[in-house]
Amino acid sequence: MQKKKIIVIATITAVLAGGILWASDHIDAPLVTGQSTDITDLYAYQSPTNANNMVFVINTQGLLAPAATAAAKFDPNTLIQLNIDNNGDNVEDLVIQALYDGTDMNVYGPVAPSMTGLKSKLEGSVKAQVAVTAYGSAPVTATGSNGIQIFAGPRDDPFFFDLTQYHKILAGTATGFNNPGTDAFAGTNVLSLVIEVPKSLLGTPTGGKYNVWAQTKKKI
Amino acid sequence: MKKVFNKIVLVAAILAFATVACKKGSTVTPPPVYFMGGDEVGRPGIATVFVTTAFKDSFNATIPSVMAPIYQPRFQAQLMALNPGYTTNALGLSASAFTGVLATDVLNVAASGATTYGTLTGRGLSDDVIHTSLTLIFGGPDGTSNPGLNDDHVPANDKPFLSSFPYLANPW
Repeated sequence: MQKKKIIVIATITAVLAGGILWASDHIDAPLVTGQSTDITDLYAYQSPTNANNMVFVINTQGLLAPAATAAAKFDPNTLIQLNIDNNGDNVEDLVIQALYDGTDMNVYGPVAPSMTGLKSKLEGSVKAQVAVTAYGSAPVTATGSNGIQIFAGPRDDPFFFDLTQYHKILAGTATGFNNPGTDAFAGTNVLSLVIEVPKSLLGTPTGGKYNVWAQTKKKI
Repeated sequence: MKKVFNKIVLVAAILAFATVACKKGSTVTPPPVYFMGGDEVGRPGIATVFVTTAFKDSFNATIPSVMAPIYQPRFQAQLMALNPGYTTNALGLSASAFTGVLATDVLNVAASGATTYGTLTGRGLSDDVIHTSLTLIFGGPDGTSNPGLNDDHVPANDKPFLSSFPYLANPW
């Protein structure tokens, strides 16, 4: 028991120390490009093709140049987790988990987690599995046993922002944005996980709204 | 006698081992593998704008249910540093109320109907979250204050999105 405690504390320390390099969003990406744990964006929206479904997108490893995209890979030691709170206490009531096994992305859930917070374990059995789409190939998708549809692979980064000008404003070398601005993310790619979920699997949230957030977690 | 006794012990040991190893007729279950938190993202760009370097790492290690009391004061200080003239915004929120909402870094998503960032009901691929955020930070009560800062004038993505799953455009 003592040894396990020491390992957990050491891991937390390492996570926090390393965490200073980890972005909680795109804008810090230049320091962490390629880090498998770096989440660039989370999207959550009603499916444009089916109002009974919700689409979740979790993008990682931003600012991939085209030349670097073929080599970009998901990490088998990094769990990607979507947390869904449906009773307004900001604690996850459901999770969707995705873990790469070297070839395929394996997706678990939506499922009520046995543990909440920073630490997680894989919950239940794999509900959907899809081969990661290779750079340059047409998208490969799969539909799981519970009706979820999944995709994992490189995509054009859907984020758009004049980050360069924003940094100049913060540095005091510019007083405002240009019109038109220049998208600093144009021509760059990300590794995307896209999951379309029947809303019936998400429960009915208090007040008609879910609270969602994404996490990446390293195997310990 | 001893030989028989040894045999009995041996058989008993084998049976005991077999019972444990062959529980429920399957092989021994491997222990569960645990994962520990790394990065965490809720609303786009909020942590980037409001979480200063000093506490970026601890913010990523904080779960949303406990974020507000710790980070609301820090977010408010950062908001006032970015926009010293802040009084209210187009949502009618004071600095305290606005940062109170933002300090719990989760994305609100409507269970039915439209889901767009501008209405705080979700986040679609086409939503100009930066314009929305800048307007709420710099735009004042009707969103038009600080015209040089309330919009970065990049209204759309560099490629059109796909009309069907997986919706995100093919890579460059």
